Amino acid sequence: MIWQLDLLLLTLVVICAVAAITVRDLLAATVIFSVYSFLMCLLWAEMGAVDVALTEATVGAGVSSILFIATILHTSRRSKD
Amino acid sequence: MKDHYTLPQDRPIGPSLIIELSCRILIPFIQLFALYVIAHGHYSPGGGFQGGVLLGASYILMAIAFDQKTSMRFFPLRANTALAGTGVFLYTGTGLACALLGGLFLDYSALEPLFPPLGPVEWRSMGIFIVEVGVGLAVMSIMVSLFWDLASGGKMDKGL
Repeated sequence: MIWQLDLLLLTLVVICAVAAITVRDLLAATVIFSVYSFLMCLLWAEMGAVDVALTEATVGAGVSSILFIATILHTSRRSKD
Repeated sequence: MKDHYTLPQDRPIGPSLIIELSCRILIPFIQLFALYVIAHGHYSPGGGFQGGVLLGASYILMAIAFDQKTSMRFFPLRANTALAGTGVFLYTGTGLACALLGGLFLDYSALEPLFPPLGPVEWRSMGIFIVEVGVGLAVMSIMVSLFWDLASGGKMDKGL
């Protein structure tokens, strides 16, 4: 546990979370969400929960963003609201 | 972003030699690492779910880099359905076998009469391994079929 690293990662996670729901382009939101997942993975690995970190890296940053992109390519890329 | 959105098949992007060659090299190592994650799930970080997702991701990478047809040639739809069923059957079958042999549901030490020289402690490790393999098979099939369905709009023909 290095609290400076924790604080840095947590700040970046919050910034990514706010950016992912405010950005208008859905593809950009997907990429930011993938970055958010990877930062959460780093945070969990840093806190000692390596198993959860591995799950987050494979599912959150890997497969779910691919599924989002596949869905966006078949629907609209622009957000209506 | 300014131009109108076009369907993937209308874009002037052909097959790329660099992407195909690097995926050809990368995919076997991803699958080997996934098998390692499944097999060492009860000693080290990882397990059936993570290994299954990695195995599924290798086929998803194949479908992205080449074609959905290529991915479905290496992992046919019938095998996908069969493996998903096999995974669920392995999980519940192990649990029910424990219950039938006198223990609780998923109490692996009750499996000892199947092969007594191992002993209850080794059987516990063995039972976790069997269950992890089942979870890995089911998760791999479901992840790959989720991507196929989403990428081809449920038609299972062309993909992205």
